[in-house]
This record gives sequence, structure tokens and C-alpha cells, in this order.
Amino acid sequence: MNLELFIPELSLAAFAIVVILLDLFTRRKGLLVAVSLAGLVVSAGFTIAMWGGGSQAIFNNMLAVDNFALFFKLLFLGIAALVILASVDYVSKFARFRGEYYALVLLSTLGMMLMAATAELIAIYIALELTSISLYILAGFLKDPKSTEASLKYLLLGAVASAVLLYGMALVFGFTGETQLGEIARTIQAMPPQALLASPALILGIVLLVAGFGFKIAAVPFHMWVPDVYEGAPTPITAYLSVGSKAAGFAIILRVFYSAFGLPEWLSLDWGLIFAVLSAIGMTLGNVVAISQTNIKRMLGYSSIAQAGYLMVGLATVGLSPAADILGRSGLLFFLASYALTNLGAFIAIIAISGKLNSDLIDHYSGMGKRAPLLALALTLCLISLIGLPPAAGFMAKFYIFSGAVHHGLLWLVIIAVINSVISAYYYLRVVKVMWLGQPASAEKVPSSPALRVALSISCLGVLLLGVIPGYIMKLAEVAARMFIF
Amino acid sequence: MPYQLAWLIFLLPFFAFVIISFFVRPFLNHKPKLSGYITIAAISGSLFLSIWALIAVLAAPGHELPIPDINWVIIEGGVTIHLGLIMNSLTAVMLIVVTVVSLMVQIYSQGYMHGDPGYHRYFAFMSLFTTSMLGLVVADNLLFLYVFWELVGLCSYLLIGFWFHRPAAANAAKKAFIVTRLGDFGFLAAILLLFHNTGTFDIAQLHSLAVAGTLAGTTLTWAAIGIFAGAVGKSAQFPLHVWLPDAMEGPTPVSALIHAATMVAAGVFLVARMFPLFAHSEQALLTVAVIGGFTAIFAATMGLVMTDIKRVLAYSTISQLGYMMLGLGTGGVAIGIFHLFNHAFFKALLFLGAGSINHATGTFDIREMGGLRRLMPWTYATFVIASLSIAGIWPLSGFWGKDEILVSSLASQPILFYLAMLTVFMTAFYMFRVVFLTFGGQYRGGGSGTKPRQSPSFIGGEVDKKPHESPSVMVMPMVVLAILAVVSGFWNVTGQFGKFMGHGETYSFVQGFFGILAHPLPWVSLILAGLGILLAYAMYSAKWLSAERLGRMFAPLYTLFSRKYWFDELYENIFVGKALVNGFFAGLQQFDNKGVDGAVNGVANATMAGSRAIRRAQTGQLQLYGLFIGIGVLAIIICIYFFG
Repeated sequence: MNLELFIPELSLAAFAIVVILLDLFTRRKGLLVAVSLAGLVVSAGFTIAMWGGGSQAIFNNMLAVDNFALFFKLLFLGIAALVILASVDYVSKFARFRGEYYALVLLSTLGMMLMAATAELIAIYIALELTSISLYILAGFLKDPKSTEASLKYLLLGAVASAVLLYGMALVFGFTGETQLGEIARTIQAMPPQALLASPALILGIVLLVAGFGFKIAAVPFHMWVPDVYEGAPTPITAYLSVGSKAAGFAIILRVFYSAFGLPEWLSLDWGLIFAVLSAIGMTLGNVVAISQTNIKRMLGYSSIAQAGYLMVGLATVGLSPAADILGRSGLLFFLASYALTNLGAFIAIIAISGKLNSDLIDHYSGMGKRAPLLALALTLCLISLIGLPPAAGFMAKFYIFSGAVHHGLLWLVIIAVINSVISAYYYLRVVKVMWLGQPASAEKVPSSPALRVALSISCLGVLLLGVIPGYIMKLAEVAARMFIF
Repeated sequence: MPYQLAWLIFLLPFFAFVIISFFVRPFLNHKPKLSGYITIAAISGSLFLSIWALIAVLAAPGHELPIPDINWVIIEGGVTIHLGLIMNSLTAVMLIVVTVVSLMVQIYSQGYMHGDPGYHRYFAFMSLFTTSMLGLVVADNLLFLYVFWELVGLCSYLLIGFWFHRPAAANAAKKAFIVTRLGDFGFLAAILLLFHNTGTFDIAQLHSLAVAGTLAGTTLTWAAIGIFAGAVGKSAQFPLHVWLPDAMEGPTPVSALIHAATMVAAGVFLVARMFPLFAHSEQALLTVAVIGGFTAIFAATMGLVMTDIKRVLAYSTISQLGYMMLGLGTGGVAIGIFHLFNHAFFKALLFLGAGSINHATGTFDIREMGGLRRLMPWTYATFVIASLSIAGIWPLSGFWGKDEILVSSLASQPILFYLAMLTVFMTAFYMFRVVFLTFGGQYRGGGSGTKPRQSPSFIGGEVDKKPHESPSVMVMPMVVLAILAVVSGFWNVTGQFGKFMGHGETYSFVQGFFGILAHPLPWVSLILAGLGILLAYAMYSAKWLSAERLGRMFAPLYTLFSRKYWFDELYENIFVGKALVNGFFAGLQQFDNKGVDGAVNGVANATMAGSRAIRRAQTGQLQLYGLFIGIGVLAIIICIYFFG
């Protein structure tokens, strides 16, 4: 067994434990931030060292160590680092349990890393629960009524979704007799070509898997938890949920559906279309409801539902394209990277502004261009990227994912997506308008802490780089998309 | 030095723009001089690199440096868009022109714009203007070039309307932008036509396709004419010449830059850059020559009667640009660009001189000047050198450029040659009319602040006092340009410039420094120019002839010229007023208000209503949320069952 291939996860787990223990002995909580960041950097270092190597499997083919997993691991580590930087001020408000906060962020990151690598149904479930349970706790960290409600709703609905997922896994296992994704694929392939309807058990299993994973990525109609939890959770955790947990959901869907159900054409066509329809519904509902939101965190909640819709355009493309075609997969990975930077940037700016205003209402952002020009500029850039306008990353991301979809006969879906992008411009630009053209409520400046500024600069720089010179990240995404072992 | 450094030539002024706009202006606003220094430093760097590039290009085999491309956007299995530079003789010469003139103008501006509240903004825009022009010159594909082309247009808009609080300036800026856009439309259409037919934006590839004959026939002709339409707009050729005289509303150094090196030169440069396309289409080449030759004399007639010094210079620019087009159309790149090269220096000098006079007298009206020869000796001396040069007097630079054009037009289009000869006479006359009225005789009092055309900082300032010479920061650049106005023409005395441009095969009229005087043609043009000067002297200095009586004798012509052939009225009242505003636009407005707005508002209202309705589903009830998961699963299964 190659334990060294598991070192990124092991080292991160070790650092999480160190953070918990250190919390008992030190009063200087800044140290915890440093140790957490160090853990992420060390783990990232190990991950980078493995990049480009051949694909291998460990633990009896339960975990895949391929470039696809490594790409996602790096993404999660980066997201976690930005979230921790963005949390430094926020956490100082908590009287207790600061060490646990950081440790839980690290543990949920560990869960996400495992989600990107697992290639076996039971391991998938365990990784998913490791991620989710950490996040349930983190969502309730503020301990005020809203936060508690958010946490409880998330927990209960998450449990329902887990149950649905388990039921789906059980049916798939019952139909194929296998839990390992590669084995499942081989079993299904050995069957004669047929319509999906010919095997109702498999249908039900796949639909339940879609529902269970759809909960994680906030696909309509499994999205109902999103606005309430996003609004109530501590803002850094909202940011984390909106990018980390969603990216992990897409990683696992991509692996399960592409590896297990991808090869027989009759099957992949069907699940591709399921995602196409969910995508159309998701982006339309998310964008339309976002229009009437007054709270910026809720608005971004609906926006993230809509973005999940755009991402599912990529999933549908993967389903409908031949296995050798990487356009859909690489586009999806690029979109996830760009979306992670953009949404984190937006949330970090909101943490900085709302932390000072003590309000998340969009109206209270009035005149922010005068009170905090750089924060307002950064938020504007991120919102422009969310709309998908150049020179921000969102433009290239949408460009890649939509052009892939058009290549594979999803023109109708791309037309819906483009109409949706226009609708989305309304509510994103409304925030921009309020910030730059509105009258400031007071002349008082809105300061921000160094940690926030660093985090915000990194995300904005990333958004610009991906938007202006997308070639480099696209190359990485292509390498990752090509290297699948299961 | 590594060739990649050539990127810095246009990036340096861009950095200056970024630094001034985002750091100096917000944070160091109290240090007014800083932005001027940053701009000057950046452009000096560009100048240094341009000189290096020129030397390297001169030494390189085939006069072309290979510069590695940058792959900008790669689409798997699709288009790859490169960003790259062409560094050949044409580029190198243009780089020198742009950086030298721009640097002199920036130095001069420190004095001219001193104390203006928009000082930082001014230098930020000037840096961007220079960047755009330099980028346009080095770009190796049409897409990249077009970006800079539009940036040049944008910067000219920003700078002509620099004093935007004055309606005249704001209107002039709009006019310049809109009129040049008409030409840009042709250029864009040509780019798309070329891409549609060849699948490439790359200039070198387009050249070889045209030379090989793959790109030929009507496609080539229409593409070339479309490109020329863009050049007509930017270079203010007939019939899109109307914006340039109004562009005087900007600060005078901006005019110097626009007229000499950046904006209007872009059109001539574009034709030169795409010349192989023109060379393989006889109709296109003829169009260039005819429009150029006609514009040259057409603009010169209006220059005869203007009373605003900058307007005289503006018409002289249009006329000289016509010469350049004529040179391109009849002789080739070397001849057209050589005149551009010489013209840049003396025209920049004339504008800086006009600015200097305005700085001293507070007016641009030549009737209110006079007697400045003693008061402003440096301005006088340099202005006269520039005037002699533009009149084409041997051995100043204007002579060498102009004679090449005359010879080549005689060889291919004799009618245009006679028009060009007549223009020589007019040019000499109107330039020396300005010289005698401005510098000769007695001081006639200046504008006493009644003319609104000066920078606000001068109003009520120095205008009451007697005019005096400008500060040395303004005089120095004028002296440098005066030296260049004398010597720049020597480059082609033995035909070196023509060889450098690689146009050995086209007509070249090289006779040597004194040898040229052995030929009859230069004598004809010199005599005509001399007669022009003499007539100006007779009318405005010695007063042998009364200008008023002559004006009355030729009253119809005088009115025709001074009303600018009623082109402004024609465009504004007939085309824009009647046809567009009352006819087409009114109809569009109806359609817009009723049809488009109705539909858009309807959709928007429906969306908002939908948003509110769906929002109600988000009750906060956990049971309902759970129920939705179940309904969702059920709905998918039902859909698959029915549609799958």
C-alpha cells in the first residue's frame, strides 16, 4: 500500500489535531491562524509534488490519486486558506471555541479532499459526511437565533439528503453488485444496450443519487436550504459553503457519473439530459428570485443557485459528449476555479463592509464607492465576473463552458443560459449602482484589516488573471480533465 | 538588447497612464508637477527604445526584426489569437516620429498647462494617447491594431474635450469622435471582410496573400477601400475633413500632437501598413490618389481666408495629409511616409508656436496680433523656419518630401500634379499671411480675454500686459523641433530613406543635395512658393495691395472659402437635421418608445412579478423544504418515464 500518496490528507488531519490541542494551551489565538495556514500550505506542497505523475489508486481502489483529484485538492486548500484569512476578524468576535472553528474548517477541507478522490460508494458517503458534519457545526457558530436556525435546518435537510443518497447507492449496489465505480461501470457495460427505462431500479438509483448530490451543489429543487443557511451562517462560512462545498459536490458528481455511468452511451445520454433540465430550471429560478432580494447574503445565495445552473451546463456536456472529448470537463474545472475566486472575493468584500455596517442590506451599501473605494472596486470586479463580463474570469469561464455545450448539441440550453446572464446583470449591477451612485449614509470611512485585504487582493488578482490570460489555468484544467483513472 | 524589450515601447507610457490615474491623482494630488515628470520619463524611455529599434532595424537583414509572439487566447481545436509586433522600417520610422514629437509636446505642456486644475488628467490622457498610437504602429494583426485605432479615437475625444465645461469644446470632441467613427465603420467592415475571406487577421499573411494573388479582385478592392475609409476619417480627408478644424478647441499642445504624430498620422500610416493590398488593386490606389490630391487643394483654399491661426494650421494639415495620400497613391510607401516624417516635425513646431503666441497674447485671432517679432524672438524664428519648411523652400525638410510627391504624381496622374502645384502656391501664401500678420507691423492689442479659447488659468492674467516670450520650458522643445524641421529631409537626399523602406522598384527622384537644382521641376515649385510668399508680403506687410479690395473683388470665392463650402451646414442641417433627426431617428424613436420599451418593460415587469411569486415559496418552513426534495425526485422520475 502506498501510504505516501495519502500524505496530503494525513498531514492536514495532523495539523487539525495540533490546532485543537494548541488551543488548550495558548492564549494567543493568532497562532492558531498561523498553524492552520501552515497546515494548508504543507498539504498543498505535498499535493503539488504529486502533480503530473501517473494515476494510482490506494486502499483497494477506494481512493484515486489522479490529476483530477489533485486539481480539486489544490482548489480546496486554496479556498480554505482564503476562508481562514477572511475569518480572522470575524472569529475574534467569538468569545469561545476559536480553536475549534479553525480545526473544523481544516477537517471539512479534509472531507472535501477525500470527496474529490474517492472512487467507491461507501467511501464517498463517509467523505461526504465528514465534510457535512463539520459544516453543520460551523453554520451554527454565531449562536444567535438566525445562525442556530440555519445550522438546524442545514442538519435536518442534510440528513434527508444523505438518506436519499444512501438509498440511491443501495439501489445501484443492488443492481450491479458492486460499490467500486470502475466495477460498476464494467457491470453496466457488459449489459446489452437498452433504454434506461428497461431497468427501473437503476433509474431510481441514479435519480436518487442526483437528488442527494444535487443537495450539495444547490440544484433546484434541492436548493431550499440555501437562502436560509447562507443568511444565518457566519459570513466566512457562507463563503466557504458557496464555493468549497459546491466544488466538492461537482467533483464527486463528475467522478461518479462519468466513471460509473459514463461509458454506455444509452446511459450517459439520459443523465446528461437530466442535468441539462435541472440546469435550465436552476439558473432561471436562482436568477429570477435573486432580483427581489434585499439582503446581499441572500441575494448571493440565489446567485449561487444560478451559478450551479451554469455549472450543470458543463455536467450535461460531459454526459452528452464522447469520453475522449475533454471540452466539457475542462470547462467545468475552469469554471469552478474562476467561480471560487470570484465568489470568495465578493464575500470577503462583504465581510469587510458588513462587518463595519452591522448590516447585510443592499440599501445600506449606498455610497460605498466614496466610503471604501478599494473595497467597492473589488466587489464591483467580482460582481462583473459573476455576470460574466470581460475582463473578469467569469467571462472566460462562461465562454469555455458554453462553447463546449454548443459543440455537443446543447444550443437550446446555452440560449437559456445567456438570457439568464442578462437577467442576472440586473441584480448584480444594482449593487454596483447603489455603491457608486448612491449617497453615502455618513462620510465615515470603512476600514478593513490587513488579513482581509490580503485575501481580497489574492482573489481579485486571480479573477483578473484568469480573465485576461486564461491560457495557463486552462492548460492545468485540461491536464486534470484528461487524467481520470476510474 | 533582447527583442522582447520592444514591447516596452508602447507599454511604458501605458504604465505612466496607470500610475498617474490610479496613484498620483487620488493620493498625490497636491504634487502637481509629478504627473508631468512621470509622463516625460516614460516617453523618454520609449524614445530611447525607439532609437535602439531604429538602429537594430537598419542593421537587420531585410530591415525586419523577428519578435516572438504571445499566445493570448487558445481555444482547443479552434482559433488561437496571437499578440505580436511588427518591427520593420515603417514601424521604426513611425516610432521615432511619435516618440520625438510626443516628448517635445509633453515638455512644452509643462509650461502651457501650468496651473491648470486638470493637470494630472491632462498628462494621464496624453500618456494614453501616446500609448495608443505606439501600439497602433507596432501591432502585427488587424484586430490588435483596431483596438489601438479606437483607443486613439477615444483619447482624441477626451483631449479635444479636455475643457469639457465649455460647450464648444464638448461639441468639437463629439464631432471628432462621430465623424471619425463613420470611417471606422468602413475599416471594421474591411477587417471582417478580410477575415471572412482569408481566415486571418495577421498583417504579414494578408500581405503575402495579396502578393501571391490569392486575395484579389473585388474582395481586395473593397477591403482596400474599406481600410481607406478608416484612413479618410482619421486623417481628415474629404469628405470627412470637417472635424479637424473644430478640434482646435482642445489645449494647443494636444493639437500639436493630433496634427503631427498621433491621430491624423494614423490614417496615412494605416494605408502605408496595408500598402501591398492597395498596390494590387488599381482602383483602390487611384481612389487614394484622387481623394488625396483633391483634399490637398480643397483644404488649402479654405486655409487662405481663415483668421484663426489654429484654423489656418488645421487646413494646412488637411492639405498636407492630402499630399501624403497623393504620394502613397502615386508613388508608394516611401514617398508618402517620408512626407509624413518631415511634416510631423514642422507641423508640431507650428502648433507649439501658435500655442506660445496664444500664451502671450491670449488670442488665436491673427487680426489682433502683430509686431510679435521683437517681443517673441524665439517663437518668431522657429515659426518662420517651420513656415519655410511647409512652403517647401530648399533645403528645408518640407522641400524634399514635397518634391518626391510632385514628381511621382507627374509621372502617373498629371491632372493631380497640376492641382498639387497650385497647392504649393497657396500653401506658401497662407503660411506667410499668418507670419506677416502675426509677427510684422505693430501689436494690435491681443484678445483682452474676450476670446474663450485659452485655458481658464490665463483669463485675467497676463493678457493686459505686453506680450513676452514664453518660458524656456516651452521654447526649448520648439528649438529642437526647428532643428529637426531643417535637417530631417536630408535623410533622403541620396535616396537612403527610399532604400530603407524597401521601395527600390517604385519611382524615386533622387538628384543629390545640389544636384536637384539642376532639374527644372524643383525650380517651378520653388518659384510658385516664392510667388506665394511675395503675394503675402505685398498684401499684408508692404500693403501694395489691399486685402479688403481683393476680398471684395473675389467676393463669391471669398465667401465660399470662408464658409468652408458650407460643408458644416450641409452635414448638420440636411443630412443630420432633416434626413436623420426628423426622418429616420424620429421613426426609430417611435419604435423604441412603443415597441422596444413596451416589450422590455413588459418582460421586466413579468420577471419581477415572477420573482415575488416564487419568493413566497421560501417560507422558512422546514417541512416544506423537505417535501420539495421528495417532489423533485418524483418529478424527475415522472419526466423520465414520459419523455425518456
